[in-house]
Amino acid sequence: MIKLEGLTKDYGSFRAVDDVTLHVPKGALYGFLGPNGAGKTTTLRMIAGILRPTAGRVLIGDDDVIRRPMAAKARLGFIPDRPFVYEKLTGAEFLRFVAGLYGQDGQLVERRIDELLEVFELTTWKNELVESYSHGMRQKLIISSALIHRPEVIVVDEPMVGLDPRAARLLKDLFKGFVGRGGTVLMSTHTLEIAEALCDRIAIIQGGRIVAAGTMAELRAQTASGNIGLEDLFLRLTGGAEAKELAAVLEGGR
Amino acid sequence: MLQPKWRTALTRARQDRASGGAGKLVVLAVVGLGFWAAVFGVLFRVLRYFRDVREIGALLAGKLLSLALLSFVSVLLLSNVITALSSFFLAKDLDLLVSSPVDGVRLYVAKLGETLINSSWMVALMAVPIFTAYAVVYHGGILFPLVAAGAFLPFLVLPAVLGSAATLILVNVFPARRTRDLLSIIALGAAAGVILLFRIIRPEQLARPEGFRNLLDFITVLRAPASPLLPSDWVTKAVMGYLGGRMDWLPLYLLWSSAGAAVVLGALVHVQLYHTGFTRAQEGAERFVRGGLWTWALGGLLRPLGPARREFVIKDLKLFFRDTTQWSQLILLAALLLVYLFNIRALPLFRGEQVPFYLVSVVSFLNLGLAGFVLASIAARFIFPAVSLEGRQMWLLRSSPLELRALLWSKYWVGTVPLLVLALAITVLTNLILKASPFMMVVGIGTIVLLTLAISALALAFGALYPQFETENAAQIPTSFGGLVFMMATVALLALVIVIESVPVYRYLRAAFDHEPLRVSALMIAAFVLVIAVCVTATVVPLRVALRRIERFEF
Repeated sequence: MIKLEGLTKDYGSFRAVDDVTLHVPKGALYGFLGPNGAGKTTTLRMIAGILRPTAGRVLIGDDDVIRRPMAAKARLGFIPDRPFVYEKLTGAEFLRFVAGLYGQDGQLVERRIDELLEVFELTTWKNELVESYSHGMRQKLIISSALIHRPEVIVVDEPMVGLDPRAARLLKDLFKGFVGRGGTVLMSTHTLEIAEALCDRIAIIQGGRIVAAGTMAELRAQTASGNIGLEDLFLRLTGGAEAKELAAVLEGGR
Repeated sequence: MLQPKWRTALTRARQDRASGGAGKLVVLAVVGLGFWAAVFGVLFRVLRYFRDVREIGALLAGKLLSLALLSFVSVLLLSNVITALSSFFLAKDLDLLVSSPVDGVRLYVAKLGETLINSSWMVALMAVPIFTAYAVVYHGGILFPLVAAGAFLPFLVLPAVLGSAATLILVNVFPARRTRDLLSIIALGAAAGVILLFRIIRPEQLARPEGFRNLLDFITVLRAPASPLLPSDWVTKAVMGYLGGRMDWLPLYLLWSSAGAAVVLGALVHVQLYHTGFTRAQEGAERFVRGGLWTWALGGLLRPLGPARREFVIKDLKLFFRDTTQWSQLILLAALLLVYLFNIRALPLFRGEQVPFYLVSVVSFLNLGLAGFVLASIAARFIFPAVSLEGRQMWLLRSSPLELRALLWSKYWVGTVPLLVLALAITVLTNLILKASPFMMVVGIGTIVLLTLAISALALAFGALYPQFETENAAQIPTSFGGLVFMMATVALLALVIVIESVPVYRYLRAAFDHEPLRVSALMIAAFVLVIAVCVTATVVPLRVALRRIERFEF
């Protein structure tokens, strides 16, 4: 459903994403992991059509994000890591505005707004300005906005940041239900337990390159690891923490 | 605590230089020097004239300086109150600073310094040509800059302390966000009132001989200080005393000791009240809003536009009218419009006798340029920031199937329609006041419509070429380099259109002057066609450039 072919992104002389090729099949919940600054957000923003790749292409279904942006974007819902929304709109107005961007309006949209606000427990805040929302509430509003047009694919960057345990659980159930109905999710996260429990397949990116991709079993086989968990696998692939340095930091100054 | 600020400024300057910012620097320097030269030139002439007036010359010069400084005090007080609100209560670095083991006095001094610099730099720059003119006319000598700086620096500190203290007290009474709304309305209302009042008392009448009927009264007024307790008076005394060869140290003592005492007292008040105020500043965002009226009124009207464009226009209008810092500027705009029309009415054309027809026509024609300039300033304030203000939400617009053309279209028309209404109001009303001929009315209306369409497009395009995505305050965006370039481009367009159109207007006036029927020549038609071509090009090309630029934005 999502195909990345030789995707590359340069910022001046710095290569943030380097020749990434990845296939996310329809109906999969795909985890996208990597250390800070590995190129996850840049890759996801290129998939969402926010950044233009330096080279390579992104396909959503059969639609190229650069050549057929309208068709590709209509199938996609994007949830960014930082919830910037219009402060002076109410929650309901924001959702109505987003539905408008996808060419939808009328009673169906109004019903959908009520439905989503109800699911995310924002109904009582429906007519309040976003400027009075907490970080978690904004995140929930943005997740609602990504679902308002019933997308086929959800691309989500760090979905759990700022969510309370109840909302985090709701989101996990929602993603599971979404892929169960044939939807596709590509999710970047630092919460490895969630990735391990939720994702069918996982790709690990480091220094802008995919260093491993596949199911948990395939990842273990690729790294010749035994029956280890995702956290150990991740640390093995990305260099891990240096226990000696950690001790130095904690003891320094005593 | 101030290190991150100047480090940021230095890095930005370095980045500008790296990305070929030399041209930018040259333009800024030329415009800045031009402004300084203009202020200096005008004041130099006035002061030289004063110097030659016996008895009251020095008094007049002192009075002028005292008035200028008094107006500085009011501007500084207002600007310090508003700036202090941001730097002491709403700035993003406060969470870090307040949670760090920084003591209250250090925080106060750092934030006071920040407030002082941010609110006073413009006044300080403005003071340079003023003091220079005094130094040159009254032969101040090498030490004069020291005296002037020695008097002016504590003069800047006092309003900064007072403004910050006023803000501290206000925030303890109202929540900070409400205070900001309240202040922006009060400030703009006050500014509008001052402009209207100043205009209505018609200061140009003072320049007429009949204004000097009571010379003795006049001298008495000149001799009396505005108030011996005002720091503006102390600065005047220090500066004029030095220039007159009788250096008076008392005003300088007063200035420095008051500034020092004010900082100490300010710090005491700060230590007592800051924590409660800061806590209150975290609350108080606006809550429930009724949006039904908007949707009902505009939704039906804009239905033919389709969901995307309609929702975009409604969103833009809601954001504008819900943001006090934005809509309150309309108060100032209304005052300026009234002053504009009042000025036309007050022209010395109307003194009872029959005004020559060609004079009215020339004024009506030149008024196009002035109206164009007013429209350009308004476009700089309201249309130029439009693209920048979408910056933080660009992730949403770019990831949705919204065509960027539709975005640009909405931004263009949301800005252009009100501007057109204003343009037509200015042109039609002025021409009615002037009793201009139907020919001039038609030329005026046609030209101003074309110019407005072009000015809006230019504002949007330059806003996209020089975006300021990090700025949260829309009012700051037009003061950027891009805003300056936009104004320069618009002035060039206005000049070009007026020069081309002067050909047919001259023909028309010539025919009327000679009492001959107006013969429409090929040259006249060609000139009008050329004006249309210039304005259409100045509309279409910038919009295309803006679209291409927005397509290449990266976030």
